[in-house]
Amino acid sequence: MNLIIPLQEIQSDDRPRVGGKCFALARMARSGIAVPDTVCVTAEAYDAYVALTGLRERILLELSRKDFADMRWEEIWDASLRIRNMFLNKPIPPELDAALRDPLESYFSDAGVVVRSSAPAEDSSSASFAGLHESFVNVQGIDAILEHVRLVWASLWSDAALLYRQELGLDVDKSTMAVVVQEIVIGERSGVAFSQSPTDASQAVIESVHGLNQGLVDGTVEPDQWVLDRATRMFISHKPAHRDQFIVPGPGGVRLAPLPRGMSNLAPLSDKEAVAVFDLALRSEKLFGMPQDMEWTFRGEELIALQSRPITTLSDDEVNDERRWYLSLRRSFENLKVLRRKIERELIPGMIEEASRLAEQDVAQLSDPELAHEIERRLGIHENWVSVYWSEFIPFAHGIRLFGQVYNDTVRPEDPYEFMDLLGATPMASMERNQALEDMAAIIRDNPILAEELRTQAYADVDLDFLTRVDDFVQTFGDLSCSITGGVACDQVPGALVKILLEMAAHPPAETHLALTDIQALEKRFLSRFEEGERTQAAELLDLARTSYQLRDDDNIYLGRIQAQALAAVDAGKERIEARGVTNVDGLEAAEVAKALEDPNYVPQPRKQEEKSQADFTMKARQLIGQPAGPGICTGKARVIVSTADLTDFKYGEVLVCDAVDPNMTFVVPLTAGIVERRGGMLIHGAIIAREYGLPCVTGVPDAVSLIRTGDPLTVDGYLGIVTIG
Amino acid sequence: MESPERVKSILQDLFAAQSLAVLATHDDDGQPYASLMAFAATDDLKLLLIATARSTRKYANLVTDPRVALLIDSRSNRDSDIHRAVAVTVLGKAEELKEDERDRLVGLYLSKHPHLEEFVRSPSCALIQVKVARYYLVSKFQEVMELHVRQ
Repeated sequence: MNLIIPLQEIQSDDRPRVGGKCFALARMARSGIAVPDTVCVTAEAYDAYVALTGLRERILLELSRKDFADMRWEEIWDASLRIRNMFLNKPIPPELDAALRDPLESYFSDAGVVVRSSAPAEDSSSASFAGLHESFVNVQGIDAILEHVRLVWASLWSDAALLYRQELGLDVDKSTMAVVVQEIVIGERSGVAFSQSPTDASQAVIESVHGLNQGLVDGTVEPDQWVLDRATRMFISHKPAHRDQFIVPGPGGVRLAPLPRGMSNLAPLSDKEAVAVFDLALRSEKLFGMPQDMEWTFRGEELIALQSRPITTLSDDEVNDERRWYLSLRRSFENLKVLRRKIERELIPGMIEEASRLAEQDVAQLSDPELAHEIERRLGIHENWVSVYWSEFIPFAHGIRLFGQVYNDTVRPEDPYEFMDLLGATPMASMERNQALEDMAAIIRDNPILAEELRTQAYADVDLDFLTRVDDFVQTFGDLSCSITGGVACDQVPGALVKILLEMAAHPPAETHLALTDIQALEKRFLSRFEEGERTQAAELLDLARTSYQLRDDDNIYLGRIQAQALAAVDAGKERIEARGVTNVDGLEAAEVAKALEDPNYVPQPRKQEEKSQADFTMKARQLIGQPAGPGICTGKARVIVSTADLTDFKYGEVLVCDAVDPNMTFVVPLTAGIVERRGGMLIHGAIIAREYGLPCVTGVPDAVSLIRTGDPLTVDGYLGIVTIG
Repeated sequence: MESPERVKSILQDLFAAQSLAVLATHDDDGQPYASLMAFAATDDLKLLLIATARSTRKYANLVTDPRVALLIDSRSNRDSDIHRAVAVTVLGKAEELKEDERDRLVGLYLSKHPHLEEFVRSPSCALIQVKVARYYLVSKFQEVMELHVRQ
């Protein structure tokens, strides 16, 4: 086996073994371009590792659970996280370790190195995607090098790589990963160069920053930009950056530091140097026979090429490809901090204000055409906030993922979702509501007379203090019979709320699973893994992740309040057209209601019902597979939630089966034995709440709502992610 | 979306691709007994056909109790079978075919197993139909869908 090859010994037929990035470096070195000292840990080392550890089969098992086509992006991230944890928890077997350790140590005795992916499928002209796999800068010592080689191997199965599995030809049986280990070049000025601009074929683009170029590549540090004419080598423009930070080597990695005074006035490159960079990019373009996207750095006066890959011009389809949007969700810590300020200071207060402004306006005063207009206006407002939700809140949820990765890297837990427990002790709006419910249930539990009065609906006899409490609850959280939180008085008597309270009072209170002391112990353990100097940043990241976690729930609640106001207008409209003699108004779309209000002669069209086929064959699900999202096993009757009204019949000990648990539904969680959800992923509300209460939970079960019926006996195996029916 | 049609089409593909099934019977003490059988299925998936000499233990068992189970699968003896292979367990009632029906169905059986012509045409060979009551389709390692058949 050829496990390690130095760059200068790479032969022309070695590409499948050393990968695209490494092969390109070897060609550049051979043609006289300065590149860092580099050796390649070949794909054969990866193959040996996954064969010796049995990981190849485990990856296959993980990725075969469910068709990719049925998987949501979050589930793909989860699968990738679980695979990464397999690599983290499987050391390199001794025989392989011995074969890698000595040669690597002899090349890089004590200098910091860069460990980069060099996948055979990556950087070929047909599949040139930056950032699908991982790279690590300033790794020190042979143990750390071998650790990071393993992390690069794991990144063959990164969520981004899984998304682009077709383009990459990703295949568990065949795919493999080579790793580049190279000296770290501590350049004073670094950057990227496009030998041909992606937007104008006659131009080239150079971007540069002070320090190392990780900040430029991940978007943290704004670069100076030069545009040159390819033919004349003359500058067309130079756009200076607002220079205030740069990336420098830190302990075991890199860190962002303020730019020393004096340097912020200086462009990182002189005109002459910018031309030298352009010449280098052009030289590389000639060598590879197509326009190149290069990374480079200046160490003193010496210009060193760090990597070069073909530029792919994107077709319109690719630009609009939703996967790009998903990948744009991967935000840096710095970026998330900025986003957090915006969400906390502008967006959340904005949503609260919007909802109360809408609540103040009395729709009953409006004429029919005015109400029609108001319905459309409110739907528009809601739609607007939904788009804010997608563009700002969803990316912010990446804080949880970022933290999860750091936690797993440093703590190496058996359970890849242990980090969720650490985030769980944050007050969420839905938990506050559930606590208020439990407080009322406790009063009923201790007072059989009150319970009887409520059961017989003798509200006139009920203690006034208790009724005030119920009123306060309804004012704050809605009366639970509304489709969403914030809808007040959907029902004159809060019957749904009383039903749930009685059911809760008839049984002991549910306990949250996690004691505060456990969480404190986890937190202490996590922080103890960091050196003194890094601990503050680790604590900051934890704090950010907690906010991110809390918002996963709260943003929906605030959005729900705005939606409730939109629906209140629609409901008012339905009442008016019902009074006019139109039947079945419940099933009408909002647009139909508005139309009917504007035009008294319009007959609104009800939604079409789906047909069910009858034949000699009837299908019944016996056992369904999803993702294990809350450890534990339980049995109970299914309560399938299709509309909110189904929730009010919820009985103690039933299993909640739904398309997607939203935080507005979680008030029944204290009554449930387990949760089954169609939507998949570990960061969805169902999974979050299940962990909070220690309930067995299986998510990502396709067709759960149609294949399971209310009353079916269910066994929920939250260890294996299996739901058995009957 | 899972549907009876989708399950049926998976079964039809599987039955077209596989020539052998495992048949489970039991004797009058209740001792289970498994046999490898060449099988064929009707297009409507209501019947499976198997053939056996009347002197065999499985034939005696079938006469004792016509309730049988069959297993048909797509394994290829590799590690990946665990998730890639599909297996179907069939529950049904076995019944030896008499004259007319035998003539009607023997062609279907022989079109799948032409090399068994001599065996099936032998006077000592029984052609047996299994009237299917239920299919249990197992895929992706442990997903199980039931298909109930009305005969």
